[in-house]
Amino acid sequence: MEFAFTEEQEMIRDTTAAFLAEVSDSAAVRRAMGTEQGYEPELWNRICSEMYWQAVHVPEAYGGMGLGYVELVAMMEQMGRSLLCSPFFSTVCLAGNALRVAGSEAQQAHWLAQLCEGTLTATLAFNGGSSRWDAESITATWRHAGDGYVLDGDYRYVIDGHTADLLIVAARAEGTTGVEGVSLFLLPADTSGVSRQWLPTMDQARKQAAVQLKSVSLTTDALMGEPGQGWTPLSKVIDLAAIALAAEQVGGCQQLLDMTVAYTSERVQFNRTIASYQAVKHKAADMMLKVEVARSAIYYAACVAQEALEGGPLSAELSEAASVAKSYCSDAYFAVAGDALQLFGGVGFTWEYDVHLYLKRAKSSEHLLGNGVFHRERLARMLLDEGEES
Amino acid sequence: MKLSFSPEDEQFRQEIASWLQLNLTGEFEKLRFRGGPGDEHTFPEERKVWEQKLAEGGWTCVGWSQEYGGRGCSIEQQVIFFEEYARAGAPGRVGHIGEGLAGPTIIAFGTAEQKKKYLPGIVAGTELWCQGYSEPSAGSDLANVKTKARFDEKHNKWMINGQKVWTSLAHESDYCFVIARTDLDSVAHKGLGFFLIKMDQPGIEVRPIEQITGTSEFNEVFFDEAQCDADDIVGAPGEGWKVAMGLLGFERGVSTLGQQMQFQNELDDVIRVAKSNGAAQDPAIRQRIAQAHAELKIMRYNSMRILSGQSGSDGGLQKEALIYKLFWSTWHRCLGELAMDVLGPECEILEDGPYALSRLQSLFLFVRSDTIYGGTNQIQRNIISERGLGMPKEPKGVAK
Repeated sequence: MEFAFTEEQEMIRDTTAAFLAEVSDSAAVRRAMGTEQGYEPELWNRICSEMYWQAVHVPEAYGGMGLGYVELVAMMEQMGRSLLCSPFFSTVCLAGNALRVAGSEAQQAHWLAQLCEGTLTATLAFNGGSSRWDAESITATWRHAGDGYVLDGDYRYVIDGHTADLLIVAARAEGTTGVEGVSLFLLPADTSGVSRQWLPTMDQARKQAAVQLKSVSLTTDALMGEPGQGWTPLSKVIDLAAIALAAEQVGGCQQLLDMTVAYTSERVQFNRTIASYQAVKHKAADMMLKVEVARSAIYYAACVAQEALEGGPLSAELSEAASVAKSYCSDAYFAVAGDALQLFGGVGFTWEYDVHLYLKRAKSSEHLLGNGVFHRERLARMLLDEGEES
Repeated sequence: MKLSFSPEDEQFRQEIASWLQLNLTGEFEKLRFRGGPGDEHTFPEERKVWEQKLAEGGWTCVGWSQEYGGRGCSIEQQVIFFEEYARAGAPGRVGHIGEGLAGPTIIAFGTAEQKKKYLPGIVAGTELWCQGYSEPSAGSDLANVKTKARFDEKHNKWMINGQKVWTSLAHESDYCFVIARTDLDSVAHKGLGFFLIKMDQPGIEVRPIEQITGTSEFNEVFFDEAQCDADDIVGAPGEGWKVAMGLLGFERGVSTLGQQMQFQNELDDVIRVAKSNGAAQDPAIRQRIAQAHAELKIMRYNSMRILSGQSGSDGGLQKEALIYKLFWSTWHRCLGELAMDVLGPECEILEDGPYALSRLQSLFLFVRSDTIYGGTNQIQRNIISERGLGMPKEPKGVAK
């Protein structure tokens, strides 16, 4: 047992932070978030060619760096801190994990290689428009047709869905409910019958899209795993992505706390810095508590995620770890953002100051992949409803 | 960063688990899950015998080096020891103040003679300790100690006069470590001494404090010309604050993991009640139970971070350590409230008559002290914002 970053992990974190400080300052974030694409392709190319982040936890056999989930989480924390506008979360944490968990040898070799080369962006679509990010949220359908499959249906809240080159989609066999009949498919975005619309969002720094499938024909090699057996791997992918997202939330929390301490230490009222007032100090202390507890949560969850990918003894704890981390970090992020805005006072309410960017990200990431209430109910089922599947 | 334990450590887990299974039986069976914080008043005599039983098995002071009679366990093994101890429901340790506070302080700051005189009794579980810090006018402002230590040259002894308060287990203890003013003209943290004082002497009177639970585990301790040998001051006169503060560091050690296992046992109790009385179907209760579970889980890994020494490279207390007291005390207080809300109107009824509290009723009331003792939540927030975030210090009032 060793619950601290190794020197190498610290180096990865620090390198990530240094690079982001250079390329993802407030001006860069505001430039990118104002576009429909939502990121600057030059920066993404630099990330892929110079930093190789997209390949962080892809095995070396498929052209990746072969690092673990702890490294991925350390990087996501830094990206959350700087609100990096990029297709990293969709490509690596959603689609990359889906390929690793559900892809066949051939599918991984084909798609992960392109992902690692930086020539492919990708995302995952499964939710038809529900606040519950479980199997019931899958409403699109698939059916056999000749040698292949035909897919129909709608998806919402698809991260970078309007720009991704590859969509990994979940659909259910017609007439099935719950976890039954779910399959995962690899769907190049230019396939006939796929239409995509950008959904403008309050949090402009992360883009969402609606995806519509109308009689989309796919060949057999598009299916990931066995037909109808897709929920188990998909649920694992969602858990892994939720852990990465929670790490991003922790980074945002830390940035808000640092900004707040800096601002209140400069702002003078009644001839004193407002940081000298106990009302301000105590709120800041509560913020720091949430940040540190949230950080402990994601380091724990990252270790479990790593074991889940390797088949270690803690694999079985993945859902629990994901719900522990996502519920705590979601609530912590929004609470910290709300406190930060309050302590900034009037300027916190302006478009010019960055606090609102984090407040909006806190709310959008809270609801993405299930909010605190959703994840606590998932935990409650594990704790209180014996013999029932979570 | 890795969570799994090595095969050798898992072997160690087997060892302590089987020892407990074999020995926590017979006369000790009734001690299971008893005697923790809030329950210190139960079975004191039996728990003293248990302390010695533990010592026979070599299970006291497991983290101390073998030089001082400890077991020399690694951090991992200490984690495992505390986990298995609490998992088995082994009773609250009457020796924990000696093992966790007095002993480590003597090891760090004491003389060779003091080590020889005091450590063996702690290791053997035969000599119990209490802590004499707080006073009626030295609560949050701990440095405002008024108890005086006057050196009597003729008898070569320190003479102690004053009053301590909130002294847990004083009525069961053989010794008390006390901070008292050696320089009578000094103020605040200057001019204090750190004394090791025998409790059984005419100059000391212990009066139990009746708490809101109706029970007493805290006491007032009165010193009226109490004596302390010249050799029983730790550090020099005037260095008492330094020694006392060094000791605070020991309070954040692995024993927090044992405390968390006790929390887990309490939460398991709450869950058991919720399942049996239908509260587990209430969506609001489900949310609160899940939240308690999630935060307790995180608490464990927060402690692992503290133990693994992440950050803190600036020599200061790590951030995850700074927030720990505020986190666990607030969590525990919420658990007490949750326990009552799970019980519903039944939470009011004293099944065994006045004023015999059930375990959960006792929990609900006792946890109100958690956010007060050892630095109130308000003091914790001052410490966090000043030391953790570098915000300005609270201005001090002017002494009248």
